[in-house]
Amino acid sequence: MSSEWPLWEVFIRGQHGLNHRHVGSLHAPDAELAIKHARDVYTRRNEGVSIWVVKSNDISASSPSDKGPLFEPSNSKVYRHPTFFEIPEEVGHM
Amino acid sequence: MYAQMVKTDSDRVKSLAEMNPQERDFQERVDRGEKIEPKEWMPEAYRKTLIRQIGQHAHSEIVGQLPEGNWITRAPTLERKAILLAKVQDEAGHGLYLYCAAETLGVSRDELLALLHSGKMKYSSIFNYPTLNWADIGAVGWLVDGAAIMNQVQLQKTSYGPYSRAMVRICKEESFHQRQGYDIMMKMAFGTPAQKAMAQDALNRFWYPALMMFGPSDKDSVHSAQSMAWKIKINTNDELRQKFVDQTVPQARYLGLTIPDPDLKWNEEKAGHDFTEPDWSEFFDVIAGNGPCNRERMNARVKAWEDGAWFRDGLVAHAEKVADRRAAARVAAE
Amino acid sequence: MAALADTAAGRAALLEFLLRTGDNTLILGHRVSEWCGHSPVLEEDIALANTALDLIGQTQLWLGLAGEVEGQGRTADNLAYLRDAAEFRNVLLVERPNGDFGQTLMRQFLFDAWHFELLKALQGSTDPRVAEIAAKAIKEVSYHLERSADLVVRLGDGTAESHRRMQNALDELWSYTGELFVGDDADEALADAGVAPSPASLKPAWDAAVARVLGEATLAIPSSGYVHKGGKRGVHTEHLGYILAEMQFLQRAYPGATW
Repeated sequence: MSSEWPLWEVFIRGQHGLNHRHVGSLHAPDAELAIKHARDVYTRRNEGVSIWVVKSNDISASSPSDKGPLFEPSNSKVYRHPTFFEIPEEVGHM
Repeated sequence: MYAQMVKTDSDRVKSLAEMNPQERDFQERVDRGEKIEPKEWMPEAYRKTLIRQIGQHAHSEIVGQLPEGNWITRAPTLERKAILLAKVQDEAGHGLYLYCAAETLGVSRDELLALLHSGKMKYSSIFNYPTLNWADIGAVGWLVDGAAIMNQVQLQKTSYGPYSRAMVRICKEESFHQRQGYDIMMKMAFGTPAQKAMAQDALNRFWYPALMMFGPSDKDSVHSAQSMAWKIKINTNDELRQKFVDQTVPQARYLGLTIPDPDLKWNEEKAGHDFTEPDWSEFFDVIAGNGPCNRERMNARVKAWEDGAWFRDGLVAHAEKVADRRAAARVAAE
Repeated sequence: MAALADTAAGRAALLEFLLRTGDNTLILGHRVSEWCGHSPVLEEDIALANTALDLIGQTQLWLGLAGEVEGQGRTADNLAYLRDAAEFRNVLLVERPNGDFGQTLMRQFLFDAWHFELLKALQGSTDPRVAEIAAKAIKEVSYHLERSADLVVRLGDGTAESHRRMQNALDELWSYTGELFVGDDADEALADAGVAPSPASLKPAWDAAVARVLGEATLAIPSSGYVHKGGKRGVHTEHLGYILAEMQFLQRAYPGATW
């Protein structure tokens, strides 16, 4: 038989309540073991409080050639960033 | 360094003017310091070279578990045992991260392992040397990890995104490795006369093999020039070797140990040490499979893989059974 | 109840218990660490090293406390590295050779299922030092048990070969499990004082957990009721001598050195 274990992408939420973040990948025969492996491989230094795993094959990704159309339009929408707006000093912190 | 003499399939480095538009666009992105990501276009030679380099690096991590693992069961205190075990475990982790990085280039981990086991891919020459006394474990951390870190810190800036990210993670974890090695060396060098003798013996045996880790001079190598143009190699072998010697000499002096090179001396003019080159014929012998431990290392890796086949297959079979049962239960429920 | 540590006999019983507990984790941790770099797959190599690291850490705590109770200035390292085989108090199960990976996992599971019940009870020990160590260790051991039980189920109910190997491992190790539940005078004194549970009291929960997991794993519990024992009173198999020869080599060859 000797079929290779599928590849999983691992996402970990750290101590401080931030979003799950992609930390790497690993091999496992199924999702349950992938989570155990992720615990053993990617939280050895107390890095996480919650683990997500997803089969690498199940991830849909934007195509690199679409990078221009997908991301460049946001370059011109600077008003989405707070520093776009000038607030008078007298108003205080906002 | 854990990747030595990586070939690039180039006979010379093309200038921008000679490249086709796609190649030029790629090279300009690398020159600007942009990261290349898995599914983006890349020259086939870049992809193949990276697979060779990352694969060799990964193989070095897992074969590198063996010489240090050799002393886990003989570590002299419970704390030393735990530290060494954690360290060797980290090497397995580093191998794992690197294999995953290589896998983004369209090769599987099992394929890479098959190439290692058949001898078609190499690992670093250093791991074909034996660890004969406890101070060797100190020397490996101090010198071998020290040499590797020198290269890995630079590789965090490499052009290939997944490789760079693996390096960032590895460097973060590596920082304790060299220190634990030096810590063992201090205990040995400042310990009983027998311990100090072991420390000197370890330095005597590991000094030149550590210098060989950087590989022969590549200042005239086309492969090296191409890899540097692609930013998958950041410094020449000689630069890193010089830096390593300059860094290590005062550390050895602090320990009261003698580097086994009578011609080693400070050269004011170049602001670095002059030192004796390692015996490159020995290096090529080791690369060709005739190092002191080549056979043992490969046999151990192949045995682990073959003996583990039933385990890996058993888990796959179980996962399939469970998936089938779940599917059947869903059908029954509908 | 607090009188246990006030009498010489009570202290001796407590010391005996601490050595037994610490020697179990020491020897099993040692055995498991032998796999480092040789496991069937990288993920498993890393996971197993975590188990060994936990066990070594627990050894430092149990033997550290043993040295304290003994009161002769011996450290955990002194106890681990400078006693001879007859002074070791671990059960025979943990010194069994690793065998194939299945045997290692089966040994781990049979031990974990017992270890977990022991620590659960020890959290309520009348000796706060014991309770404190147990509270820390049980978090680690819960995960060991979850992992080893899961793998036993998967491999028992995997391929024909993995099933055969797991059944062999179980047959090989079964007669070494009984010793976990055999008590002696020291055990009785500790149970009376509420310091540790009587070994026999852990058996029903262990039996239930083991039957459940092995059932799910489609493995048959061996019918033989024979019990190999001796480790708890210092009569070991030939294997322990070799483990110690390796483990203690540096401390023995270079007495008095610091490492």
